[in-house]
Amino acid sequence: MSDYSSDEMMTVTAARQLSNGSVCFVGIGLPSAACNLARLTHAPDLVLIYESGTVGTRPAVLPLSIGDGELAASATCIVPLPEIFAHYLQRGRIDVGFLGAAQIDRFGNLNTTVIGEYAHPKVRLPGAGGAPDIMTHAREVLIVMPQSPRSFVARLDFRTSCGFLEGGSTRRSSGCPGAGPQAVISDYGILRPAPDSCELQLTAIYPGVSVAAVRAATGWPLQVADTLERVPPPQPAELNCLRELQARTRAAHAHPVRIRVS
Amino acid sequence: MRVVPLAEAVASCVQDGASVALEGFTHLIPFAAAHEIIRQGRRDLHLIRMTPDLIYDQLIGAGCAARLTFSWGGNPGVGSLHRLRDAVENQWPRPLALSEFTHAQMAVALQAGASGLPCGLLRAYAATDLERLPGATTIRTVPCPFTGVALSAVPAVNPDVTILHAQQLDARGNVLLKGIVGAAKEAALAAQRVLVTVEEQVESFAADLNAIVLPAWVVTAVSIVPGGAYPSYAQGYYPRDNAFYRSWDAIARERSSFTAWIERHVLGVRDHAALLRELGVAA
Repeated sequence: MSDYSSDEMMTVTAARQLSNGSVCFVGIGLPSAACNLARLTHAPDLVLIYESGTVGTRPAVLPLSIGDGELAASATCIVPLPEIFAHYLQRGRIDVGFLGAAQIDRFGNLNTTVIGEYAHPKVRLPGAGGAPDIMTHAREVLIVMPQSPRSFVARLDFRTSCGFLEGGSTRRSSGCPGAGPQAVISDYGILRPAPDSCELQLTAIYPGVSVAAVRAATGWPLQVADTLERVPPPQPAELNCLRELQARTRAAHAHPVRIRVS
Repeated sequence: MRVVPLAEAVASCVQDGASVALEGFTHLIPFAAAHEIIRQGRRDLHLIRMTPDLIYDQLIGAGCAARLTFSWGGNPGVGSLHRLRDAVENQWPRPLALSEFTHAQMAVALQAGASGLPCGLLRAYAATDLERLPGATTIRTVPCPFTGVALSAVPAVNPDVTILHAQQLDARGNVLLKGIVGAAKEAALAAQRVLVTVEEQVESFAADLNAIVLPAWVVTAVSIVPGGAYPSYAQGYYPRDNAFYRSWDAIARERSSFTAWIERHVLGVRDHAALLRELGVAA
């Protein structure tokens, strides 16, 4: 029985993938938690950019949205939205994009649009947001999402954002400037693209997780790397930092809002 | 520019069937104006907004909208917009036509609209299903005339009316926005008419030279509505009510609880101040 949850293991592992000094375009939710944990532990000079236009933000609590006031108040600067996508992302100034998704396929393509048919969806998902832009232009992309046969699928219901398209050289020959998804961090371990096929394969696994369990949670026949790394469990400093951050966040979000109306 | 009560501003600026952009990226979302649109029973609107947020969940669920142009339709950090989903999945309370883009595409579409250009340009994307949508008017790939590089062209967005919330109005009728501004300025300058609600009127702005100011002569009407962005926020005035954003998930999940909320808190109140008092937010 471990003294940490699989969510904590996933968030800590995701945070460890970020290096100090990188410029990171951050998605909301798990990516935001991982990026701020990295900034508060081993990567104090990580530059966090949210699509709301907040550049170099250093929030004390996790934002619920990509545009909370905390992000604006602690930013180096705030730029209008067309600028963040044109001057920073499209211009090639982003080292790492960090995203989540509803569905991913074996080539790291993402679906955030619909489950089922587009015209008659079973579930209407939020849509593209900035994900296609980030997947195209960031030098590399990290993806963090819980793994199940429903989310790691053989065939996407809708391709919202391009990973390695059909695999092999199809992404490179499409003219996408960025290198595409370089790691998928799940609640079982880490998947990385194989060198030639660009198919995601299991390269690292968490303590107490079996390869059979990861395969059972994957909707395609999952390949396993020749050398499978064992991810070390969360260290006390990482766990404490994450839990304190989440406690501060809960307290801040519960604080009642008061507005003077006259 | 005229300073008028919100009900009068909405009645004169927003007609049935109009294309309307209520902008503000997470911050400065004009909720008070949207509630007034619901109270006035506007119908067949073409709603335009990068992130529909709770504000369009409410307008869609109240039956005001026939079409939605957008790039990301969720409750940020919480989950689905249940009224948007119900409209798309079950056509309730009426069918909703969608035009969807990526954030970068929406940004250049509004920028093109504000610049008097017929389309905005981006570097081309690899093939995704967004370009293959049935009836998509959205994206065409064109070569750069100088280099031959493939570019994506997105048609300009020019709303009939753009509605914003801002911090301040000065004595000469200019409007100041501070903090996260999203594509608010572009949406305003792309529109035929511009309606702004503000937190307060001041004599003059204590703002930097590069502050984002909409000059009085590009604005059609201004209404002074303290708290007009609640439950989103106005930097320097009040924070985002994240607890309300979380509680909206349960309110909007069922048609009956949503309808009861709108009847009590929007149709059943005179104005935004009354809503804030009823919710216990007014100090």
